[in-house]
Amino acid sequence: MEENIVIKEDTLIIRLPAEVDQYQTEKIRIRADELLRAPVIENVVFDFEKTEFMDSSGIGLIAGRLEKTACFGGKMMIINASARVKKILEMSGLGCLITDGNRMDKGVISYEK
Amino acid sequence: MRNEMKLEFSAFPQNEAFARVAVAAFMTGLDPTIEQMEDVKTAVSEAVTNCIIHGYEITQEELEKNEAKARESKVMLLMSIERDEIRICVKDEGIGIENIRQAMEPMYTSKPHLERSGMGFAFMEAFMDGLEVHSVPGQGTTVSMHKQIAKEEGEE
Repeated sequence: MEENIVIKEDTLIIRLPAEVDQYQTEKIRIRADELLRAPVIENVVFDFEKTEFMDSSGIGLIAGRLEKTACFGGKMMIINASARVKKILEMSGLGCLITDGNRMDKGVISYEK
Repeated sequence: MRNEMKLEFSAFPQNEAFARVAVAAFMTGLDPTIEQMEDVKTAVSEAVTNCIIHGYEITQEELEKNEAKARESKVMLLMSIERDEIRICVKDEGIGIENIRQAMEPMYTSKPHLERSGMGFAFMEAFMDGLEVHSVPGQGTTVSMHKQIAKEEGEE
């Protein structure tokens, strides 16, 4: 799990697992918050490439990190979300964070896989 | 024909995934669409998570501290399929809910420190056709849900 949460330049990248539920988010939250304290971080990216399932635990995880990121004026993005994950995000009012990988503004964030 | 199954498992957070896979396997005979399958899996995941986190107040941290208590805390999952209708009951014998109406309000959570989003019941309602919640404080909670797995128009 730990290698799926990394800092790249000024961005904290959280690569989510195949199943995002309470069991998984509890572990991700602890690790992400340790790294989120690093002063270099200006952006947070949630990468859903591997995710096949997400319930409301994922919403809690994103909303919690969004609050922390907003505190230091950082930006948050959600990339590679499947139609299903997008639907869950939109139902919860987090749809505005979904960023199409191809249209990512290079000036704002320099995340490459 | 009415096909039934009953599962009982320890209130361990890792069993959320097991419950989802079990209901998905049991409903495959209905030939659901991927969307319908995901709807049921999400609703069951929410209900089972509620039993563990709220009914029995067990987190991963708690489990490591008191495994025996978590093992003895059981989540019951009953499921039946009759024609194209699925009925699912998820039960716990935990602390129960004092105010069901408040618990079901979208965005309301009794556990903000655990970063529960308060969307659990809202998702169950959105993804199933019907939802009923019965709870007795100190005795437990039962969530009953049903969903019609109708064939999409134009199919077959």
